[in-house]
Amino acid sequence: MGDGVSRRGFLLRAGALGCSAAASPFVTPMSFAAAPWDNRLVVIILRGAMDGLDAVRPWGDRDFAAARPGLAATRDSALDLDGYFGLHPALADLMPLWRAGELAAVQAVSTPYRDKRSHFDGQDLLEAGGMSLEGGMKDGWLNRMLQGVPGITAQTTYAIGQENMILTSGAAPVSNWSPDVDLSLSAQGLRLLDLTMQDDPVLAAAMAEAVLLADSDGDAVVAEDEAGMMASMQGGATGRRKGHLRIADFAALQLRDAARIASFSIGGWDTHVNQTNTLTRPLQRLAEVLLRLKDGVGAEVWGKTTVVAMTEFGRTVRENGTRGTDHGTGGAMLLAGGAVRGGRVFGAWPGLAEAALYDRRDLMPTSDVRAWAAWAMRGAFGIEKSRLEGMVFPGLDMGDDPGLLL
Amino acid sequence: MGFDPIRAEMRFGCGLSPVIAPPKSVDDMLDGVLGRDPMAERFPITLFDTFRAWIVERRDIRREIKSTTTTDEARQEAAAKEKAFIRGVNDEALHWLRQAMQRRVQTRDGFRERLSAFWGDHFTAYGRGPVLKVATGPYLEEAIRPHIAGRFEDLLIAAVTHPLMLHFLNQDQSIGPNSEIAQKRSGRGLNENLAREVLELHTLGVEGPYTQGDVRQLAELFTGLDWTPAKGPLFRTGAVEPGAETVLGRRYGEAAGLGPVHAVLRDLARHPATARHIARKLAVHFVADQPDEALIGAMVAQYEATDGDLLAVYEAMLRHPAAWSAGASNIKRPIDFVATSLRALALPQADLGAWGAKRINRQLRRPLERMGQPWERPIGPDGWAEEDTAWATPQGMAGRLQWALALPELLQRDVPDPREFVEAALGPGAPERVRFAAKAAENRREGVALVLMSPAFQRV
Repeated sequence: MGDGVSRRGFLLRAGALGCSAAASPFVTPMSFAAAPWDNRLVVIILRGAMDGLDAVRPWGDRDFAAARPGLAATRDSALDLDGYFGLHPALADLMPLWRAGELAAVQAVSTPYRDKRSHFDGQDLLEAGGMSLEGGMKDGWLNRMLQGVPGITAQTTYAIGQENMILTSGAAPVSNWSPDVDLSLSAQGLRLLDLTMQDDPVLAAAMAEAVLLADSDGDAVVAEDEAGMMASMQGGATGRRKGHLRIADFAALQLRDAARIASFSIGGWDTHVNQTNTLTRPLQRLAEVLLRLKDGVGAEVWGKTTVVAMTEFGRTVRENGTRGTDHGTGGAMLLAGGAVRGGRVFGAWPGLAEAALYDRRDLMPTSDVRAWAAWAMRGAFGIEKSRLEGMVFPGLDMGDDPGLLL
Repeated sequence: MGFDPIRAEMRFGCGLSPVIAPPKSVDDMLDGVLGRDPMAERFPITLFDTFRAWIVERRDIRREIKSTTTTDEARQEAAAKEKAFIRGVNDEALHWLRQAMQRRVQTRDGFRERLSAFWGDHFTAYGRGPVLKVATGPYLEEAIRPHIAGRFEDLLIAAVTHPLMLHFLNQDQSIGPNSEIAQKRSGRGLNENLAREVLELHTLGVEGPYTQGDVRQLAELFTGLDWTPAKGPLFRTGAVEPGAETVLGRRYGEAAGLGPVHAVLRDLARHPATARHIARKLAVHFVADQPDEALIGAMVAQYEATDGDLLAVYEAMLRHPAAWSAGASNIKRPIDFVATSLRALALPQADLGAWGAKRINRQLRRPLERMGQPWERPIGPDGWAEEDTAWATPQGMAGRLQWALALPELLQRDVPDPREFVEAALGPGAPERVRFAAKAAENRREGVALVLMSPAFQRV
């Protein structure tokens, strides 16, 4: 086969594949247009209902310890945030971010979802961004924010991971990528793939980008030998780095380049049983993701970055009979990034006295979680308040500017 | 251009197989849709009416766990029982995925499988909760598959009034605001979800001639449709909104009951907007994103002439030359990509039949997810996207290539000679470039993957 065959296609680049992505000249061509903004937004959906009272513990509330004899734990000055709230020990690695003013929390938030406390409905509403699930809203708020913004391309926004997220689905173009995809074939195989796709520009373009992304997010697509290839195909490579770190690395890689928005989810928050153990891993994962993102994007981009981590609802104030907590209402959200005015816990604290609770069981929500996301987008991208309240989050009253971002 | 056996199998069927002959004629294809259902007999999937007992069973275990009179020991036992029970349910659901795949790999009537999938998608429904979330297979087997060759209105009634649809689109939460139940207990009311989707997705189409008023009236007319896991579908008179309703200018429901619900669904099924919506969607699904207007016209005419006899509509499509055009064609969806690959590889029934749940999960369910089509889980009630652009994505193509390259592990037998495989998968018309690539590949594994990734295989 002559050189002419591959000259036009993606596989002339095959020789360059395997370089580190930052050095590869072939990552740049994916950035078709200059992004409309310079700031970065990362939205993390915490699926399963994070216990906001355990993640950001209201030590200062006199009813806290009584409601949670097994979970409240004793005050630890190393985890103290502001004298009233303290972090869960599994988030200890985030304390430097807090001290640097790059980590904030919002307490007592919720979506407009009430009473039925179903994960699925709660998550759907959190991602759709409306007042209720009725009325058939089929796209997500992050996508609606992008709709009609000039200069948006699929490379502006990355939905990362294998799931289809409502959050990013809709009319605006969004790239989906799951970094656990491993492609591994010979240079000859890659060349032949290019050849067979030559007359089909649509498939060829998608395949070309797939090869570039797969090459950039971990192991080289063109393996040294057949043994390495088979090892990689059988999951050897995926075992090396944990899924959530691969996602964080991939997000950082794209955000350093043309991407301005990344979204993905972290699961494992549904801690009905033995929460002391079961909540530790997801919290650690969240902490690792945030630190990995910070390292991955570098100081300059981190300074322009806002990470918003939100969950479908909070959990019951009181421990249940199996040393866990059940589905509740008000919860917490976390914000991180150099663009965040961190080092503080936002949101009005309603207190944990029984009369102050929602349904006498859940933390009373004092603000709409959507409002904080809206202010983050207003701060990061300058989206008009009227658009945020009318189209992105229909029915939302954003209230006064809480000064979330620097 | 007219009927061609190779194109018939590739475009309207389950793909070429080296061991199963393609259909001989349009009549042959239509015969395959009618009558006995050999694939459903050979590869059975539990019917919802049987399946719903599992919901009751799990609820009973749950009750035991929650009960205050249960001892700690008994509680732990029940919790272990629940865990094992849910695992069993999930394994059974993976078995149904296997059965669906077997049907596509083994059938002589590929059109029937494709139509079942098309209508299952048109009437997308899935459940919430640990047992109900895997109910889609049993629902399709009961409400969709038996009705694909009859009148559209019968299919519509079976799907829309099915318990899983009532659950999926919240009809089982909806009560008339002035119903007996509402008088006794406030806090619940009308839910428009099902009514809206029936008009927007199932019948008239989003451009159809209906208003918000029609949605509301239809929602009121639907009150009373309900079900329980123990009893199955039932009509709850106490939930019915009193009085008649007017939908698209016609009055229904002077008396409460299933009669008016069926009547409005039959009228909606016979509406000209529905005829066009259904005909166009079939043409888009099977032929091309921008189908020939004359093709749609011929299908609409048959639909209207027969009051929605689906077999007549299929026949109008298959007898129209535009259905057989070689030009722009659709990209296979992941499920079709995977199934046609296994069929081209002639994966023996016994091989797939011997796979355990873990293996089905690893080699079918997860790859489908990676390709962008998690099994029976489209993101919303509108089902999977018809547009090719939704499938020709980097993630989708990477998922396909990764799966195709991993075939040796999946097959656990000799990978075929790519030079022979190119014939089996693409027939005598295989493009020269693909033949060349199959021959020039470094090894069999890559050669076979290259054939599967070729546009000639991915487009139909």
